[in-house]
Amino acid sequence: MTAAPKWTTSTIREGLTTKRISARELTEDFYERIGIDNPKLNAYLALSPERAYAQADRIDAAISKGGPLPPLAGVPVALKDVLSTTGIRTTCGSKILENYTPPYDATAVSRLDAAGAILLGKTNCDEFAMGSSNENSAYGPVRNPVDLERVPGGSSGGSAAAVAAGLAVASLGTDTGGSIRQPGAFCGIPALMPTYGRVSRYGLIAFASSLDRIGPFTTNIADAAAVLAVIAGHDPADSTSAPAAVPDYGVGLSKPLSGLRIGIPAEYFGKGLDSEVKAKVESGIGLLEKLGCRPVHIRMAHTEYAIATYYIVATAEASSNLARYDGVRYGLRVSGGTLMDMYRKTRERGFGPEVKRRIMLGTYALSAGYYDAYYLRAQKVRALIARDFSQAFEQVDAIVTPTTPTPAFRLGEKTADPLQMYLADIYTVTGSLAGIPGISVPCGDTQAGLPVGMQIFGPHFGEARVLQIAQAFEAAGGFNI
Amino acid sequence: MKITREEVLRVAQLAHLELSAEEVEMYRGQLDEILAYIGKLEQLDVSKVEPMTQVLPRTTAGPSSVNTQMDGTLRDDVVGPCLIADAVLAQAPDAAKPFFRVPKVIDR
Repeated sequence: MTAAPKWTTSTIREGLTTKRISARELTEDFYERIGIDNPKLNAYLALSPERAYAQADRIDAAISKGGPLPPLAGVPVALKDVLSTTGIRTTCGSKILENYTPPYDATAVSRLDAAGAILLGKTNCDEFAMGSSNENSAYGPVRNPVDLERVPGGSSGGSAAAVAAGLAVASLGTDTGGSIRQPGAFCGIPALMPTYGRVSRYGLIAFASSLDRIGPFTTNIADAAAVLAVIAGHDPADSTSAPAAVPDYGVGLSKPLSGLRIGIPAEYFGKGLDSEVKAKVESGIGLLEKLGCRPVHIRMAHTEYAIATYYIVATAEASSNLARYDGVRYGLRVSGGTLMDMYRKTRERGFGPEVKRRIMLGTYALSAGYYDAYYLRAQKVRALIARDFSQAFEQVDAIVTPTTPTPAFRLGEKTADPLQMYLADIYTVTGSLAGIPGISVPCGDTQAGLPVGMQIFGPHFGEARVLQIAQAFEAAGGFNI
Repeated sequence: MKITREEVLRVAQLAHLELSAEEVEMYRGQLDEILAYIGKLEQLDVSKVEPMTQVLPRTTAGPSSVNTQMDGTLRDDVVGPCLIADAVLAQAPDAAKPFFRVPKVIDR
């Protein structure tokens, strides 16, 4: 890897306004490094230089006029390839959308654009965001910049690797069961999943509509707050986006933590947790105590049922959402025979093994005779898991856990056993099911130099508090504990 | 519980997937293992639990101004711009403006 200069939203702003660097030079710089490092990482699937340079020139023109700059002016960003981008190929990591170019931007993308961000390109991911290692991409796996023989996590592996390797200052990922937080933990960078409905899903190609969220990867917490402030807010085009006002996430960021109660759920520290990960997260909690937090030991009784619940709810929704890929309106068509033959051949050829597996599982769970036993029961257990959280937040202000049971595993280590791969999400799916926000922050490295992630959950719309804790943790050196 | 080959074929038919013989066998084994794991949900008594059909409780969706979708209020039914038919049809594998063309469905 080339040594990446440490650009942040604030150093870029400073560099641009003092004319130390232009937005065009900055963009050239990033594309040069992508050219060198991306062949090793496979983080980017497509680059969008035309759009990037047009935006850079607009920013440079605004600077020479001396006008006010939008909040993310000149910040080079990468977008997970499940987010629709006008005129830029969007594949979802799938062969079925190999030649698909959306006619519109996702709302999160148009908001970044309006905020002056420079869209460098689209990042690799597990096919339709289904996976925990990025090995389910039809375009090859992404490699972890910390150790090229290891996975970057998934499904937003390309977005995490791009930021960790300095090939973007920020990126957007999506999180359905852990797909932002887990790759953030594996690559050693902050990764934020906002509350369900905080960020519009319009133009996000759907996996599981009651779980999908869009959120940022950055190298520091102030940048995470800056990106969230831009993408959050109600959108008439997404009826599930929340009308709740968007607070100024920067304002409370440096408030001291004194008196905050942090819940430590026993269920997240038991069997299956790697001993080095456990030790690091315990040190992280110790640091939060020094910063004035009061740890409260809590129980969350339904945690062990979360993976089973998630893999019914998410696959049921996926089987419905992915019914649209039939070769009629866009994407791949495999012709031959009747209309039904065309549907079946197109889907057989276009989808990879994990996507088919989840469509099969979801279809089974929704099919006549099994609906009550699987889907309805899972929806009830989901209510119990959400209740565990709402009850916990009556006693605590935030909940702190490991993000993942282990550090990044090796490429190929879990591909033969889908259930083992699913269990990699054991600490993240709970918050997904409950709709609450969560962030993974770096919490030191293992002996072998692999990053460890500490997860901070907050109550619904508690992003400001989650970021405040993460910011204090970063400022006190927690990322390198 | 054991998933049979016939069940795999039934589900594949419902999902419009034309699986190869190897895929049928692979998914039979894998679905069996995954569903056995999911069977742990049967340990819980959920007879008195309401299913979670909305992600956010209405009280947390934020200060509900008028016409917020979270209250179940519908937006005003007004016609907005929708001039992207050409762009949409440009993505179609086979288009005959203003239609998508597919194999013949009804024989007369």
